Amino acid sequence: MKVLLGMSGGVDSSVAAALLRDAGHEVVGVTMRLWGGESDTGCCSVADVDDARRVAQQLDVDHLVFNFTEEFNTHVVEPYVQAHTVGVTPNPCIECNRHLKFDRLLERADVLGFDAVATGHHARVVHTDGRWELRRGVDRAKDQSYVVHMLGQNALSRTLFPVGEMTKAEVRVRAAEMGLRTAAKPDSQDVCFITSTGGRETFLGSRIPFRTGRVIDREGAELGTVEAIELVTPGQRRGLALSGAPKRRYVLDIDVATSTVVVGSEGDLLESGLQIHGMSWCDEPVTGSVLAQCSAHGDPRAGVLDNAGNLRWNEPQRMIAAGQSIVLYDATDDRVLGGGICVKGVEGDPAPTFVSPRTGAAWLP
Amino acid sequence: MAEPRFTYLDHAATTPMRPEAVEAMLPFLSERFANPSGSHRASRDARRALDEARDVVADCIGAKAGEIVFTGCGTEADNSAIYGTLRRSGGFAVCPANEHHAVLHVVEHTGGRVVGVDAVGRVDLDSLAQALEAPGADTDGDSGGGGQVSVVSVMAVNNEIGTIQPMAEVSALVRRLAPNAVLHTDAVQAACWLDLATITPLVDLMALSAHKFGGPKGVGVLWMRPGVYIEPLLQGGGQERDRRSGTHNVAGIVATATALALTHAERASAITRIAALRDRFVDGLQAQLRGVRETVDREHKIAGSAHLCFEGCENEELLFMLDEQGICASAASACASGAMEPSHVLAAMGVPRAWARGAVRFSLGTTTTDADIDHALTAIPSMVDRLRAGRQGAMAS
Repeated sequence: MKVLLGMSGGVDSSVAAALLRDAGHEVVGVTMRLWGGESDTGCCSVADVDDARRVAQQLDVDHLVFNFTEEFNTHVVEPYVQAHTVGVTPNPCIECNRHLKFDRLLERADVLGFDAVATGHHARVVHTDGRWELRRGVDRAKDQSYVVHMLGQNALSRTLFPVGEMTKAEVRVRAAEMGLRTAAKPDSQDVCFITSTGGRETFLGSRIPFRTGRVIDREGAELGTVEAIELVTPGQRRGLALSGAPKRRYVLDIDVATSTVVVGSEGDLLESGLQIHGMSWCDEPVTGSVLAQCSAHGDPRAGVLDNAGNLRWNEPQRMIAAGQSIVLYDATDDRVLGGGICVKGVEGDPAPTFVSPRTGAAWLP
Repeated sequence: MAEPRFTYLDHAATTPMRPEAVEAMLPFLSERFANPSGSHRASRDARRALDEARDVVADCIGAKAGEIVFTGCGTEADNSAIYGTLRRSGGFAVCPANEHHAVLHVVEHTGGRVVGVDAVGRVDLDSLAQALEAPGADTDGDSGGGGQVSVVSVMAVNNEIGTIQPMAEVSALVRRLAPNAVLHTDAVQAACWLDLATITPLVDLMALSAHKFGGPKGVGVLWMRPGVYIEPLLQGGGQERDRRSGTHNVAGIVATATALALTHAERASAITRIAALRDRFVDGLQAQLRGVRETVDREHKIAGSAHLCFEGCENEELLFMLDEQGICASAASACASGAMEPSHVLAAMGVPRAWARGAVRFSLGTTTTDADIDHALTAIPSMVDRLRAGRQGAMAS
């Protein structure tokens, strides 16, 4: 097959290149330039492009750089910034995968006559009974099926995850055996356009005005203020600066329209469920019992999904911030069913009593 | 699959070295290895080769040997001209918005003024006049740029679109409105196409780059009108009459002189031949494909330039397919990562983004043959059709 491989300059995509080449595929490696601004650990720094190119050279694989900075800004950075202005906590890496790493790259691969795209994600695509299944990577600790959950049948049929069958340790051993320069390179962790020195505050502060927020409890009593309501996230405990607060307080809700942050006890964070918007399915839509993962490496929670996108937990669960991706797995906790964006607690949910006008609209895919 | 025919249409990026130039440099990479800045016989031998090369270069551009400064590249020559003038004379620099980054970034970095260009990429003379007539006023309020205009830089030929600048008009304007300013021209893309001896009387400083005319990479030339002084970028051993320190690249300089002499001698016939190839290429594409726009009409550009905008295509995709068919071309300049940047040249000219997305620079040179054009004319129409069909399919799905 003719395969277009996304190469970030990390060890996983480096080994993926070797595996694809050794399997006899015609491989072209491409590094997507996504973020034009400052970056330190990100996936498109010049040093990472150098690593990708040098690995490709060593493997005798052609390497190109595609400039997707405009699309990245439109589909990832701008919505990320906008989401914060409406009290939503987005996951930009998911949107990057959705719009850039798969949608845009698949489109380009099609136009250029490639049969498939590949990346170094730790996930698996399994072809069973004529259907394409997305499954967790073999290495449960490094599994990335959560961040690629948006792939449907069409995309899955043309997507390869060559390292999904390997543990991370095996990937590193393989890279070292081949003498790849990326063998011991640390995993990237952070959002590529947020620098470690400046952080989210500096990034957002140069793009949107911050507003002071009132902090109240569930009964409406004033407890203090926060300097930037745009930086507050549900579930957060630190940074609230509530003088003389007798016990630990957690953010329960954020109402940007009235600049209000509602706090409560840890017990108040428990909710009976949440609502998922913008659902995408790997195959046919599913209702009923599911396991739901609510962050990149969070433990799956058991719940029941109805056909309106309401997910009710079997046991009350700590609340999930609006904007986070909820990814559904089958009962074996291995196969991805689909996923969407958390909007708010389910109707009639007793936990958050403060009704907020948060919409999440800016962050819907 | 058989290897596709190698078809090199990227001469504006670099043109192959003249075999005579390769041959000329070889002795200086082996037995004639000496440093020309010495006093013994081996040095004297290298020095003689250097002096003779300087004479040849001076002859080709209508100048005297003492006015030639050899640099490490064209970018260094441009930087030396602008930084060197600003450091010596103060003031600020002015250039049009479609200059090569070797000029534009220096002007921007030093708080200079950038003026507009017209739809074919020629500097807007009214806009240039305004910049020259408003001395002292730092109207933008940004840092630097105070005082008066001390250096104006206008490229003789644009590297991306091939536009020939009206240097005589530019020169007259600068002399009239800013008589104390020096006029620099980046003539890196002009050497193959314009008689440089017609440009030197119009300007004070001129930059050349050897690898654009069949010489090696790593050699630039800065011509300086007598009486024009710059503060050197590099301090050290005082080579090049204290204007550019650093041990001479004797082999490269000798090859540069050989290449420039051949270019100069064959220029007229090369232009006739290459213009015919270029016209056949562009006319042939336009006959087979709708939606192919020649960015600059032929009367305003050099013979080797075929900058085309393909409607409904993305140039990253088109370049990939061209490469698959063995055809080497390019688009705008690349950033440090190797990704193509949106063209500042096309943006300055007001080319709509939808057209600019499909912009590809084909550039022809002395080694371009009829067979190259035949291959390109055979391969390109079907790939453009495929790209357009693919894009429509992607939008429909």
